[in-house]
Amino acid sequence: MAVKKKVESLSEVTVRFAGDSGDGMQLTGSQFSDTTALVGNDLSTLPDYPAEIRAPAGTIYGVSGFQLHFGSSDVHTPGDRPDVLVAMNPAAIKKNLSELKNGGIIIANTDSFDAKNLKLAKYETNPLEDGTLDGYSVFQVPVTTLTAKALENSALSQKEINRCKNFFALGMMYWLYDRPLDQTLVWISKKFQSKPEFIEANETALKAGYNFGEMTEAFTTRYRIEPARLPKGTYKSISGNEATALGMLTASVKSKLPAFLGSYPITPASEILQYFSNYKNFGVKTFQAEDEIAGITSAIGAAYAGYLGFTTTSGPGLALKTEAMGLAVMTELPLVVINVQRGGPSTGLPTKTEQADLLQAIYGRNGEAPIPVIAAATPSDCFNMAIEASRIAVKYMTPVILLTDGYLANGSEPWKIPHNDEIPAIEAKFVTETEGFQPYSRDENLARPWVKPGTPGLEHRIGGLEKANIKGTVSYDPDNHDLMIKLRAEKVRKVVNDIPKLEVDGDSTGKLLVAGWGGTYGAIKEAIIKVRRKGYNVSQVHFRYLNPFPGNTGEVVSSFKKVLVPEINLGQLATVLRSQFLIPVEQLNVVRGLPLRTADIADKIIELLGGENE
Amino acid sequence: MSNNGDVKLTAKDFSSDQDVRWCPGCGDYSILAQVQRSFPDMVGIKKENIVWISGIGCSSRFPYYMNTYGFHGIHGRAPAIATGVKVARPELSVWVATGDGDLLSIGGNHFIHACRKNVDLKVLLFNNKIYGLTKGQYSPTSEQGKVTKTTPFGSVDYPFNPVSLALGSESTFVARTIDSNPKHMQVVLKRAAEHKGLAFIEIFQNCVIYNDGAFDAISDKATRDDNVLILEHGQPMIFGKNHDKGIRLEGYSPVVVDISNGKYSANDLLVHNEFETSPVLSMMLAHMTDSPGFPTPMGVFRQILKPTYDEGIEVQINNVKAKKGEGNLEKVLFGGNTWEVQ
Repeated sequence: MAVKKKVESLSEVTVRFAGDSGDGMQLTGSQFSDTTALVGNDLSTLPDYPAEIRAPAGTIYGVSGFQLHFGSSDVHTPGDRPDVLVAMNPAAIKKNLSELKNGGIIIANTDSFDAKNLKLAKYETNPLEDGTLDGYSVFQVPVTTLTAKALENSALSQKEINRCKNFFALGMMYWLYDRPLDQTLVWISKKFQSKPEFIEANETALKAGYNFGEMTEAFTTRYRIEPARLPKGTYKSISGNEATALGMLTASVKSKLPAFLGSYPITPASEILQYFSNYKNFGVKTFQAEDEIAGITSAIGAAYAGYLGFTTTSGPGLALKTEAMGLAVMTELPLVVINVQRGGPSTGLPTKTEQADLLQAIYGRNGEAPIPVIAAATPSDCFNMAIEASRIAVKYMTPVILLTDGYLANGSEPWKIPHNDEIPAIEAKFVTETEGFQPYSRDENLARPWVKPGTPGLEHRIGGLEKANIKGTVSYDPDNHDLMIKLRAEKVRKVVNDIPKLEVDGDSTGKLLVAGWGGTYGAIKEAIIKVRRKGYNVSQVHFRYLNPFPGNTGEVVSSFKKVLVPEINLGQLATVLRSQFLIPVEQLNVVRGLPLRTADIADKIIELLGGENE
Repeated sequence: MSNNGDVKLTAKDFSSDQDVRWCPGCGDYSILAQVQRSFPDMVGIKKENIVWISGIGCSSRFPYYMNTYGFHGIHGRAPAIATGVKVARPELSVWVATGDGDLLSIGGNHFIHACRKNVDLKVLLFNNKIYGLTKGQYSPTSEQGKVTKTTPFGSVDYPFNPVSLALGSESTFVARTIDSNPKHMQVVLKRAAEHKGLAFIEIFQNCVIYNDGAFDAISDKATRDDNVLILEHGQPMIFGKNHDKGIRLEGYSPVVVDISNGKYSANDLLVHNEFETSPVLSMMLAHMTDSPGFPTPMGVFRQILKPTYDEGIEVQINNVKAKKGEGNLEKVLFGGNTWEVQ
C-alpha cells in the first residue's frame, strides 16, 4: 500500500543535482529542465562542471553540478542557493553543502558513502551519521542498489546497470515535484534507438525511481509548482550557445547573405560551431580552422568575398584575434566576432563564467581601432544580439564584437519563439556600378561600398596599410591619416543613432540606479524585485550596447544620486562609465567564476540606501 | 584566347596605376613581370575573378601592383585569408604572394594546413633567404652560419627546405623556379594555374640590398648549367654545361654520374615522373637542394590530383540539401521540444 502523501504548493524551488563527472548529472539536470519547461514553469539553469572531462571518480574536484531554478512566476536566475541538493556521492556533499539553504533538503545516494569515497571526499567520518547534516532534511536513498534491483532481469552488464542510476534519481525527483515522465521517455527512446536494451533499462530505472517516491515512507510530502503565467505563444527551452547559432543563421537568412563561420574549438564557445555546422542545408559554410587567428582571418576573407563572416571564441581566443580585428577595422569589412567570456586571465577557469573581457573588447587593439560592442543579457537574448551584431556589421561595414559568457552559453531558459516573418530583414547591398566607383567613398552612415570580387571593372586593392580617403590606395600622408582615424571613429559613434535608448525600470530619477551589462541581468533584476518588496526604491538599467552606449546614457546615469554597477570583474563597465560621463560610480565586484548572487546585490543596494526604505 | 572573351588582354592590362616601390634590381620585379606576362594566356580565368592575397613583407606588396582584386593582409595570415575567400567563392582564382618569413615563420601553421586541406590556392613563395622589409635579419630559409644584424656571430639554426615542407604537408603541386629565368618561371606559373588544388611554387628571388648574390651559383651564366637540374617529366635527369652529368639511383640514394666517359648513359639515369603518387622521388629531389655536389632541381617536383577542400565543402552542402531539403528557417526555429502557452 502506498503511503498517503501530503501535497504542498510552492511558488519556486532551486534544485542542484551533483555527482561525479561520469554520473550523468548534466543529462539529469537538462532532462528535469526540459520537462519542467514543458509543464509550464518559468526556469533558469546553471550547469557547473569541471574542466576535466572525467576527473578521477569520487574526488571533490571531479564533482559536476547542474542547478535549476523554477517557479510559477518570473524566474530570472538559476537561484543563489539551492533548496534541494541531490548528492550522488560524499564529494558532492562536501563541495555543495555550504551553498545549500539552511534547513534545505538533501537526497543522498547512500550506496556511494563507503570508506573509499568518504576518504576521497576528505571526510573522516560519514556525514550522514556524524551530525554534519544536522539542521537539514536528509533523505537517505540507496539509489545504486535500488536501480540494480529494478534491473535484475536486464541483459546489461553490472557496469551498464550502474550507469542507469541517474535515471532512477531523476524519476524520484519527478515524483517529488509532480512532473510527468513522458518527455524523458520519448528522449530515451530516441537517444538509444539503435540499442533497445538500453531503452528498456533506462525506462525501467526512471519508472522505478518514480514509483519509489510513491511507495517509500521516507517521502511524506510532494510538491506542486503551478505553471508560470508567460505570454501566449510557442516556447522552447534554449541555451545561450544554441540561441547564438540560431541568431547567426537567422541573420544569414534575413540578409540573404550566405554565412561563413571560421572558428577554432575553445570552451565554452565550441558548441556554437557545433550547432552551426548542422545548418549546411542553408548553404552555411563552417571552417574549423588550424588556430584562432585562422578562424578570424578566414572569416575576413569570406567577408571580403561577399559572405556574412563570423568567428566565435572565448577570451584567450579573442586575444589572439586582436591583430586581425584591426585588419577588419582598416579594410572596413562586415564581420561578427563572438566572445563567450570565461574566467581569466590566461587559461583561467575555462568552464566558468566571467565578464572580464569588456575592456579588451572595447579597447584591446593596437592603434585607434574602434569596434561596436554589444552584449546579450539572457540565454535567449543571444539570439537577438547575434542578429543585431550582424545588422550593425553589414550596415556600417565594420567588425562588431558580441559578448556572451559561460553562464549564458550553458544556461537555458524558456524562449518564446519568434516567427520568421516577425523578424525584420537586414539590408545588404553590393556595388556593381563601375561609374564613379571609389573603394573608400562613404554613404550617409559613413559605410564604404562592399564589392564582390568577380565584379567586372571594379578590380581594386584593400589591405592593412592606411588608406587614402575615398580612393582607398595606400597613403602615408599625415593629414590623411588623421582624417581616416577620425572617420573610422565617427562611423562607430554613428551607430548610436541606430540602437534603442536605455529603458529605466523604475523611477527615472532617485537615490540609486543599478546599472549592469550582459549576463548579470537576471541576478540584478531578481535583487531589485527582492529589495522593492522590502520597500526600497531603486531603479535599474541594463546595457546591451556598450560601444557606443545608447544615446540617453549620460542623461540617465546623471539623474541618480548614486549609480551601482555590479559586475563579474573588477569594475570594467564602472571604469568606462566614469570616463565617458564623469560620474562617480559605486562598484560591486565578485569574481568567483559563477553568476552574481542575488543576495549580494540586494545587500549592497540596501547598504547604499543606508537602510532607508520608504 | 583571352581572359574576357573578346579582346586579348596584355601584360599591361594586369598592371595597376600604383608606382612599384621595390628597390631597383630586386628580383620581385621579374616575378611581377612574369606574372603579368603569363596571365593573359591563362585560358578560362577571367580577370575579374583573379584575387591576389598577401601577408607582410616586400613580397606582400605584390597585390597593389596587379590590376586585379587584391587584399594585403597581415603578417603570415595570407593562406588563411585566402582560404576564406576560396571556400566562400570557389569560382575565384586565388593567388597568394608571400615571402620566406611571412609563409614559413609567422605563417607556418597556416601554410601547412592549407596544403593539408588541398585548398585550391596558388602560393608563390618569394624566397630571398633574408628579412628584407625589416632590414636584414636572417630568415627561416637562411643557411646555417648566416651573419646578419641579429646573428653577428652567425645563425645557429637550421633552415627550412620549403619544397620538402610543402611535400611533407601533402601539397598536391610543388614546383621551383628562379627570378633570373623568366621563361622557366612563366611555364611554371601556367602549370600552377592549370592545377586544381594547392599549387606551391618556391621562387628563388635575389635581394639586392641584404642578401645580394645568394643565388649566383645557380643564376650566373657561367655556373648555372653545372649547378641546376631542370626537371622535365619523362626525361632522364641530365645536367651540366655539356649535358654530361646525370642523376642515378644507387640503393636509396641519388648519385651524380658522368655520362660522357662511356661508363653510364642516359639509360642509366633516373627518369623524372611528376605524377608519381609516392612522395619518395619528389622528396629525394627536394633534399638534393643544398646537398654538396648535387645540382639544385628546378621545375615541377610533383603534381597529383585529389578533391580540393573548397570543392568538398560545396559537395557536402549539396548532399545535405539533397537529403534534408533546402533550409527552412521557420522549421528550424520551431524545431525540437516546443510547448504552447495559451
